[in-house]
Amino acid sequence: MDWSLIWKAAIALAGFGALLGAVLAVASKRFYVEVDPRVEEVLNALPGSNCGACGLPGCEAAAEAVVRGDAPLTICRAGGPDVASEVGKVMGVEVGTLVPMVAHIHCRGGATLSPIRAVYQGVNSCRAAETAGGGGKACPFGCLCLEDCAKVCPVNAITIDEDCIRRVNVKKCTGCGLCADVCPRDLIEIVPASAAVFVRCKCQYTGKKALSVCKVACIGCRKCEKVCPADAIHVDNGFATIDYDKCTDCGECAMACPTDSIQVWVADEGHPEGGEFMLPEKKYRKGPDKEGAEA
Amino acid sequence: MHEAWRYFLLFFGASIVANILLIRFIALCPFFGVSNSLETSLGMSISVIFVMVMATSVSWLAWNYALEPLGVGQFLYIPTFILVIASLVQFVEMVIKKTSPPLYRAMGIYLPLITTNCAVLAAATESVKPGFFTKLNIAYNYGFLESVVYTLGVAVGFSLVLIIFSAMRERIDLAPVPKFFRGVPIAFIAAALFSLAFMGFAGMFGL
Repeated sequence: MDWSLIWKAAIALAGFGALLGAVLAVASKRFYVEVDPRVEEVLNALPGSNCGACGLPGCEAAAEAVVRGDAPLTICRAGGPDVASEVGKVMGVEVGTLVPMVAHIHCRGGATLSPIRAVYQGVNSCRAAETAGGGGKACPFGCLCLEDCAKVCPVNAITIDEDCIRRVNVKKCTGCGLCADVCPRDLIEIVPASAAVFVRCKCQYTGKKALSVCKVACIGCRKCEKVCPADAIHVDNGFATIDYDKCTDCGECAMACPTDSIQVWVADEGHPEGGEFMLPEKKYRKGPDKEGAEA
Repeated sequence: MHEAWRYFLLFFGASIVANILLIRFIALCPFFGVSNSLETSLGMSISVIFVMVMATSVSWLAWNYALEPLGVGQFLYIPTFILVIASLVQFVEMVIKKTSPPLYRAMGIYLPLITTNCAVLAAATESVKPGFFTKLNIAYNYGFLESVVYTLGVAVGFSLVLIIFSAMRERIDLAPVPKFFRGVPIAFIAAALFSLAFMGFAGMFGL
């Protein structure tokens, strides 16, 4: 056996190791980059899920932007007020109170409520369907049910079942607004989490035409406008819109709505989705409700 | 044979005919790992080209000027190359971080991943032992320029396939795929068909 091979191998590897180690040691001193220690602290305060809701590639980029002063302390939409105040502590700034927000989808018409006029076969995306003739549902303003919002949601708060009934789990929803950006029909609004009354329709048709495309459409009758004590609800473009700065959550409009397109959100901590939509007893309508109280 | 033509054949053979991903099935982990989106695969490709060429140059020097003269190259090349490549990537990462922050932001996150990439080690090995992974016993040693051109070919072939495949996967994501095939399973099937298509190049120029 050739013993010289062993010590040659040992010398070769040890030599390489020592040489490369020395080079790296020198390089780490010579090419040391000063990093602002606050970046690390801000990064620790952020959730660290790299969801991208802020528009930057990950939490580290967001932390750097905050420290550089390019981004506000409230940049983390997913983290909400707690994270913003943590970041504020690191940066030595007080943060005003942030109202927690959640996403709300302004369309209630499922597959049974809004008839199907065509079968859409194509790229499985709302944005594609919108450009290709507006998808298969009769209502040209309603939800396309191809789940672009659910796919983009970083916390999986939006679910859409077979009957095209959409639910936003407000316990999970962080109000980041990614779904609102992606919806081709602009149906998703980011509203204060405390909001309780919702117009669940954005159909621009009025009267009989609106009802012909969806049984629970807003027909633009303006009854809600008349009963609102706070001047918070207005019909514009054929559908009612609530101004949540003025709304007092009294629910008068929901009681007046003849098509049940206005509903009341009843928050419930025990509910797996943080609450559910209810119809109040119809104050201004005679006879029993046409529809049950389920969403 | 004309000199330039020979280099072209070496490059073409390494990148297309004996493609590292689809024909030799080396480095399949990044192939499926980062091919989710076009953007990440572009970043990965640029980093791979950069690191592979440098790693091969350094390991070629290590082989020809240290291991072979000592007569220990035949059994010591793997540990030595791993050592050399890992240190080199670390070193380059530090230099880039200091000298060019934009470049660091573009490739930074991929550099540590490539440290232990098998394609990099394969290219380094083949540049000193031609035909090693195709079980060809070629009694021929690449010169320095040849090994660099060869490695560039391997890296470009890797990038080409990775980028095409990520574009394919982006389109597959939108297609109505049966439930059980969604995600990685359909990617495997697509990769297999893609590999079959590349087999069509086999035998070109006798490579």
